[in-house]
Amino acid sequence: MSNAPVDNSRRRFLTVATSVVGGAGAVAAAVPFIASWNPSARAKSAGAPVEVDITKLEPGQLIRVEWRSKPVWIIYRTPEMLKQIDSISADDLKDANSEAEQQPEYARNGYRSKKDEIFVAVGICTHLGCSPTYFSEGYSEVVEGIDSGFYCPCHGSKFDMAGRVFSGVPAGANLQVPPYYYVDDNTILIGEDEGAA
Amino acid sequence: MKKLLVSLGLFVGLVSSAAMAAGGGALPFKADIDQTDKASLQRGAKLFMNYCLGCHQMQFQRYERTFNDLGIPVELGLENLVFTKDTKVGEHIKNAMPSEDGAKWFGAAPPDLTLEARLRGPDWIYSYLKSFYVDPSRPFGVNNTVFKDVGMPHVLQELQGVPTKQEVFEERLIDGEMKTISLGEKFVVDGSGELSEDEYDRAVLDITNFMVYVGEPMILERESMGWKALLYCLIFFVLAVLLKKEYWKDIKK
Amino acid sequence: MFKNLIDWIDARIPMTRVYEMHMSKYPAPKNMNFWYVFGFLATIVLVNQIVTGIWLTMSYEPSAAGAFASVEYIMRDVEYGWVIRYMHSTGASAFFVVVYLHMFRGMMYGSYQKPRELLWLFGMFIYLALMAEAFMGYLLPWGQMSYWGAQVIIGLFGTIPVIGEDLALWIRGDYVVSGATLNRFFALHVIALPLVIVILVFLHIVALHEVGSNNPDGVDVKRPKGTVAEEDKTKFEFHEYYTSKKDILDDVVPFFPHMVLKDLMAFGVFIFLFCYVMFFNPDMYGKFIEHPNFEMANNLKTPEHVFPVWYFTPFYAILKAVPDPFLGVVAMFGSIILLALLPWIDRGTVRSWRYRCGMHKWNLIIFAIVFIILGYLGGTPGTPFKEMLARVLTVAYFGFFVALYLYSKNEKTKPLPERITK
Repeated sequence: MSNAPVDNSRRRFLTVATSVVGGAGAVAAAVPFIASWNPSARAKSAGAPVEVDITKLEPGQLIRVEWRSKPVWIIYRTPEMLKQIDSISADDLKDANSEAEQQPEYARNGYRSKKDEIFVAVGICTHLGCSPTYFSEGYSEVVEGIDSGFYCPCHGSKFDMAGRVFSGVPAGANLQVPPYYYVDDNTILIGEDEGAA
Repeated sequence: MKKLLVSLGLFVGLVSSAAMAAGGGALPFKADIDQTDKASLQRGAKLFMNYCLGCHQMQFQRYERTFNDLGIPVELGLENLVFTKDTKVGEHIKNAMPSEDGAKWFGAAPPDLTLEARLRGPDWIYSYLKSFYVDPSRPFGVNNTVFKDVGMPHVLQELQGVPTKQEVFEERLIDGEMKTISLGEKFVVDGSGELSEDEYDRAVLDITNFMVYVGEPMILERESMGWKALLYCLIFFVLAVLLKKEYWKDIKK
Repeated sequence: MFKNLIDWIDARIPMTRVYEMHMSKYPAPKNMNFWYVFGFLATIVLVNQIVTGIWLTMSYEPSAAGAFASVEYIMRDVEYGWVIRYMHSTGASAFFVVVYLHMFRGMMYGSYQKPRELLWLFGMFIYLALMAEAFMGYLLPWGQMSYWGAQVIIGLFGTIPVIGEDLALWIRGDYVVSGATLNRFFALHVIALPLVIVILVFLHIVALHEVGSNNPDGVDVKRPKGTVAEEDKTKFEFHEYYTSKKDILDDVVPFFPHMVLKDLMAFGVFIFLFCYVMFFNPDMYGKFIEHPNFEMANNLKTPEHVFPVWYFTPFYAILKAVPDPFLGVVAMFGSIILLALLPWIDRGTVRSWRYRCGMHKWNLIIFAIVFIILGYLGGTPGTPFKEMLARVLTVAYFGFFVALYLYSKNEKTKPLPERITK
């Protein structure tokens, strides 16, 4: 080493300054790599909201559409079904008042839907992901005294006509309700809240 | 320092020689496009969707991105620019023509145009659209000086009018005598088109501009990021030089 | 506390020892100039290619049907996919710019001479692996130039007598370049060759550190043990792996921080140029991304002109200059093999062109110019004049080695300085 005095403070300042600028550059360079893992335009397009025309939907009928690769049910519930929903005691259900975050705010009500008669729900059992079977009638074999509901064939979970899970079954949560709104009386847009676009 | 200048000089030399080497064949017209001119891009999009989408596709470009980048509200775009049924805004720009039929009807399937501007360059596209002329020997009655014996009809004829290729002559005084000189072949339009010659040039420029955008939709973003990156590199370089000099102060040559 | 952690690690893996041997206590000649940055820059580009390559593999589809579309998917649909793609394409060309300058440095300063012959050979193997890697990578976008470039180059193997046709068939895995070829090139490009290159780079650096770096004067900075006076020895502390074998003159600096900081400056210039290309001119007028490649591969339609990417064009010109196809292939490979044999073709003992005869300087400069012009000729359509020029320059290329072999035996060299410190 030479005998000239080493200006340590200048050295340290420059080293720190260069390291900080270099570090900032490294972070900036990392951004594209990390951002590239976000859903691509292709994924977003495939996950786009789905429009459903319910003009021809009959009382008691279920139509199924695909949204984000998941089955989504739209069911026209009859007045009898609605009365039966009211009649089920909270003791028989795990989450009678929909306290868990399984639905948008506007579906946190007695019938878990925007309009009483039309029920929109993701048709996937909250246990391990099978798709439950819809019983428009003959459900009393599954749950005594109830004429309609959903029964999952994989492990026997049971849901009422508002998608609420019964006690004593493997599933732990009510059926998920996706965001949706009425474009007009005959058209539902599934996948978006009203005015959220 | 000297070495730095030498390397920069080498680099500039490399780049400019590459540019010259890329010069290529003679095209009759140059396209003076401006990617920041959103109005031009919008007009180009409208013309493309109305005149080109019947046969050609842009299968790698999505409507949604096009609308967002060009400043077209989605509702307006879906109403006026999307002509295929049940097409959602996030989908690709496709048409209904099956490619085998296209091949049968036109000799070769109309190619997808997403990358045409990157393949041929804007000057080529601009020149091509301005170089159709009447040729009765061709199936659709037209030929093209930029793309000889092309299978494409002159789709923009209703805008341009009917173009014929004519040898244009001029009388000139040479060596005391009046001589008839040929100025070569030029396109002469019969005036039956909706647009004047200047308006047609503008329209074709807009289509070219739009196609350049679709070929590389992120050009403006890339250049904007580029300026920031270059500024950063400069700052980093200055600090690196200072730091190096500091540590090398006491090393004798 | 920090020290305890380091001691714990060192007791289990020689972290500090390796750091000291190869960075903080590794002696580097202090006169290493800007020609010496390209090895470091090559390593940077290698890291860039690997990281961006990994990311591209996340979205790329290695099938004939899906490859081209998947590149456009990366460019348009993947967030900042275009940044990653352009970093990879710019990096591929940057790699060869850097490597060619790195090799030329070795030729100017005689870095291939004893005892660095093996270092040079490792470098040539890296160069070969790099060319194979770039060639296979170029097929992956499955554009017209990708397809037909591969068709032509694999066809070259078909010119080999007796085994040629079968060899070409075996390489392609099909009767023409097809999805089978694409898939195997993908595997080789993504995993096999990068591994080979990384291992070779490691060996290259090990071989370098064993004998020490050369310098622009070509004069040793280490002397036999016991021959150096105390006041002439270096005042820095270097690792005993080096000091136990040789006396180290006061002509060196520790690699870290001194040489690393010099490399950092070069890095600043390099990324400035890299960013300029990447953000403002990624096509580089069709030299870095060839325009015909914006059209999907079509096995029924050949582009008007088929050229390899610019970094192969000098050798492509040599190939085309020889009228017979097979002999052209021989000439093309011969031109690279001769480079590898430089340590033995050059019979001189003076390393740096600074102290060698004037003819050597001219020989080197002409070689560089010939290489560049051959590159231009290999990338443009032929004319009778260009074809004749390519033949003349091919002879000149090989003439470099013949001349070097001849004059290096009894060369009139300038007297070497005793030390690199003036």
